[in-house]
Amino acid sequence: MSGGTPIPVVVSEVTPLNDLVTRFRFRRRDGLPFPAFSGGAHTVVEMDDHGTRRRNPYSLMGDPADTAAYSISVRRDDAGRGGSLYLHRHVRPGSELVLSHPVNLFPLDLRARKHLFIAGGIGITPFLAMIHQCLRLGLRFELHYTARTRALGAYMDDLERQHGRNVRLYLDDQDQRLDLSGLLARQPLGTALYVCGPKPMIAWVLATARDMGWPEAALHSEEFLAPPTGAPFRASLARSGIGVTVGPHQSLLEAIEAAGLDPPYLCRGGACGQCETDVLACEGRILHNDHWLTDAQKASGTKIMPCVSRIEGPSITLDR
Amino acid sequence: MEPILSRPRYGKLAPAKGRAHLAMADGEGAGALLDLVAQAPDRAGFLAALHVIYVPGPGGLDRGEEVSRLGAALCHRAPSLAATLPRLRKVLADAHMGTQVYLAGSEGLIGQALREAMEAGLPFSAVQTEQRGSLARRVQCVHCKGVTEEVVTDPFRCSHCGLHLFVRDHYSRRLAAFQGVNIDAEEPGQVPLPVVRFA
Repeated sequence: MSGGTPIPVVVSEVTPLNDLVTRFRFRRRDGLPFPAFSGGAHTVVEMDDHGTRRRNPYSLMGDPADTAAYSISVRRDDAGRGGSLYLHRHVRPGSELVLSHPVNLFPLDLRARKHLFIAGGIGITPFLAMIHQCLRLGLRFELHYTARTRALGAYMDDLERQHGRNVRLYLDDQDQRLDLSGLLARQPLGTALYVCGPKPMIAWVLATARDMGWPEAALHSEEFLAPPTGAPFRASLARSGIGVTVGPHQSLLEAIEAAGLDPPYLCRGGACGQCETDVLACEGRILHNDHWLTDAQKASGTKIMPCVSRIEGPSITLDR
Repeated sequence: MEPILSRPRYGKLAPAKGRAHLAMADGEGAGALLDLVAQAPDRAGFLAALHVIYVPGPGGLDRGEEVSRLGAALCHRAPSLAATLPRLRKVLADAHMGTQVYLAGSEGLIGQALREAMEAGLPFSAVQTEQRGSLARRVQCVHCKGVTEEVVTDPFRCSHCGLHLFVRDHYSRRLAAFQGVNIDAEEPGQVPLPVVRFA
């Protein structure tokens, strides 16, 4: 398994936060301390969903210095492939799961003078850990957090109570709108911007900042993609000399793993680049769904990110 | 031969999208400022948001009159970089994201002003730079740590400890200086004749 030695854990607490979001707290089964992590890191949770192995990335939301337990908050995705549904429906205190070592693709840039966090919905989770880190290091931060309703805004009450002066909440049902250009215009030089939330929100925030002259190096975002479903296809793994069928609800990476291979991966969400694979031949069209490959690489058809991308057509041959 | 990685690379100043523009130059860097303003699609709008700080360059070369005539909203001329550093720091401390920073002229000015911008939290890749005019180097003696400005020959004598120093291409962004290393440590007195390399 990529992501370091797997960490066997037992679920110590399951806390429903609202209609959609539940928090899971984990202890190590071997009693050792967890690796310390940094704000913005995620762990890949491995589940055995009645015979289907699922590995989903979730941001670690606790205090990075707390090595006694890891916590994640999971939004139930009723239309998803099943990882979040499995956690919500079947995982109870005492359930045993396996976590990867923490990986951080969304770290604080400690050279910045101020950290501006913009969260939408469940995108709040990495910022909870980042806020712990900011407080510990004495860093200046500000959080702007939007949700559909107060009830669906996980942790809004805690955030307001603990960091009231540094937190602004926006509720869609109260018609409270984030004045983004106003907010970005008054940020002091040396501010780093971090955004996590739904895809259109990330695109809006980044485009607005770029248009206002924010430098690329000050813009940070994270969005984990779930592998889209699609028609089944065949994949030939040239180096291993085997062929696999990728099912409609399975990712190419999962199909390769199911065949017994252990290809590299970290985020399983199209962001980190670890699983980049050379395409030797493709009968059909590659549906690129990642944030990693450049447009030129995507157009060339010589690379694929098997964690989130698949093909439309009968078969693909990979150097794997 | 590929230059070593720490050797700074400079570009050409070009107007970037932004609500405010801060340009700093010395000596022949004035030419880069003139070209920068000339490229602005909305010249009047660009000038209205432009703050220029200009100092004479190595050897005293002063094109301040031309820079003043550009018509920037704010144009400050100072006798030296050292004299105007407190002003630069204040301007950076009061600036907002979306401010574009442009630096032009000698490597010494570019490096030291870039260091201030980074100190203010701006990513160094966000600052535009253009080297113009004198290639004189700012060199730190690795032995006594003293910095000698406007070094044009290699080797040269450290203005602080007097050692004869070989000027390396090894550059420190933190010090905004090249590295100077004693050239006759093994055989004291065996110092090659200085050659003008950074005119």
